[in-house]
Amino acid sequence: MNQTPLYNLHLKYKAHMREFSGWQMPIYYTGIIAEHKAVRQKAGLFDISHMVRLKIEGIGASDLVQRLTTNDVSVLKTGDIQYSLVCNQEGNILDDILVFSLDDGYLLVVNAGNKQTVLSWFKKWAGQAEVKDISNQMSMAAIQGPISQIILQKLIDINLSSIKYYHFTQEKIAGITGFISRTGYTGEDGFELCFASEKAKTLWLALLSAGKDYGLQPIGLGARDTLRLEAALPLYGHELSTQINPFEAGLERFVKLDKGDFLGRRSLIEVKKVGINRKLVGFEMIDRGIPRAGYTVSKDGKHIGQVTSGSFSPTLDKNIGMGYVGTGYTHEGCEFEIEIRGKSTGARVVKTPFYKKSGEGGKKEEY
Amino acid sequence: MYPTDLKYTVTHEWAGIEEKTGIVTVGIGEYAVKQLSDIVFLELPAVGDKLKKGEPFGAIESVKAVFDLNSPVTGEVVEVNQALSDNLDLLQTDPYGQCWMVRIKAENQEEIQALMNAGDYEDFIKKGQGKH
Repeated sequence: MNQTPLYNLHLKYKAHMREFSGWQMPIYYTGIIAEHKAVRQKAGLFDISHMVRLKIEGIGASDLVQRLTTNDVSVLKTGDIQYSLVCNQEGNILDDILVFSLDDGYLLVVNAGNKQTVLSWFKKWAGQAEVKDISNQMSMAAIQGPISQIILQKLIDINLSSIKYYHFTQEKIAGITGFISRTGYTGEDGFELCFASEKAKTLWLALLSAGKDYGLQPIGLGARDTLRLEAALPLYGHELSTQINPFEAGLERFVKLDKGDFLGRRSLIEVKKVGINRKLVGFEMIDRGIPRAGYTVSKDGKHIGQVTSGSFSPTLDKNIGMGYVGTGYTHEGCEFEIEIRGKSTGARVVKTPFYKKSGEGGKKEEY
Repeated sequence: MYPTDLKYTVTHEWAGIEEKTGIVTVGIGEYAVKQLSDIVFLELPAVGDKLKKGEPFGAIESVKAVFDLNSPVTGEVVEVNQALSDNLDLLQTDPYGQCWMVRIKAENQEEIQALMNAGDYEDFIKKGQGKH
């Protein structure tokens, strides 16, 4: 079982540790709900070192990334970040990733559970480009929540307001050089930091100490999951898999069919032409019950889909979920039933994200 | 450390036995509550439901997961603490008293005798055999 460089610190903070994608990770420290609320109201610190970091460089780096991802990397300038998908030739999703555009190539942040798949996929198509796994040398932390900028600003010289959403810069944080990106997986403002692993403990402690008077606390993967669910962000292995294509997942805005050839393009053009039979929706429970991944969705006794994620939502104080249902059942207000322990339990399709941070208005951020 | 007037199951339910009537009051103990953390949902049976020893009579859910509540005895549900669902926080402070979940009219006194007493249960937990 893998341990991040922060493993001993997690134990010191009395984290409840559990296996996640081959890693011993903190699930919670004090409690999932309390940690969830801390991130919504103040700020929280996450160890996300289990994520995979790949560096793509050398001649042909752009061609490789362009060929293996669905979004268009040709529009990226140094300092830009792009959300993208890696699809197989059938147009189904191998992973969802972040692409950082560097001076000399790309940094890809890949899901821990898909490390082998994505690494061998990129190596297979690499040609002259170099594909390096730098996951061990580099670690990652995220600071998320409405006051994360105020806290992080104490440790950094540049004005953080200059880093816009889905952009990054290379700077010193508490004297430690690393990547600082305005990204996250919580639906809140915040930053993700990528830095040399031997500095992980020093940086973590510096962040906690800078945020002490602001209520910054470490947050486990349990709250990370409920936070991303409220923000309706997909999780690989739940909303995304090799059985799902980007159109079904509602991620077509990250698929640029006219950018030139890429793996999966031919199949995806076909999917677009023929249309899809099922689509990802968000729903809330009308009746008492918590939807969970794998539960059956039905309408008048007929099987129409499956739940991919579900939980009690601490912010909304409701039970919510996401799942794939037949395309006739995706409109807002559509009611169906979730089979919970043999009981048909009423649910209703709602607009996603379930939760939107204040000040965001009605606008959907394009990234 | 665990109330000595109660009996316990390997899945951390407690059972309070009223010898005169054969009515068994059931809830979950402190150990299970701690393991669950963030309890957000409780599903209990209806009065009149027939239960079998070791089989689920309901479910309790944390933010992350679902856990079965297993009946310590075979019998019929004679009373259900419906109010508990709206006061799940009480489980954190006193899982034994007002946090009872169901009362069961036990069919078989031998099943009751087979449950662990507080001392055995404490040893059982120390050995790390907790299922929840």
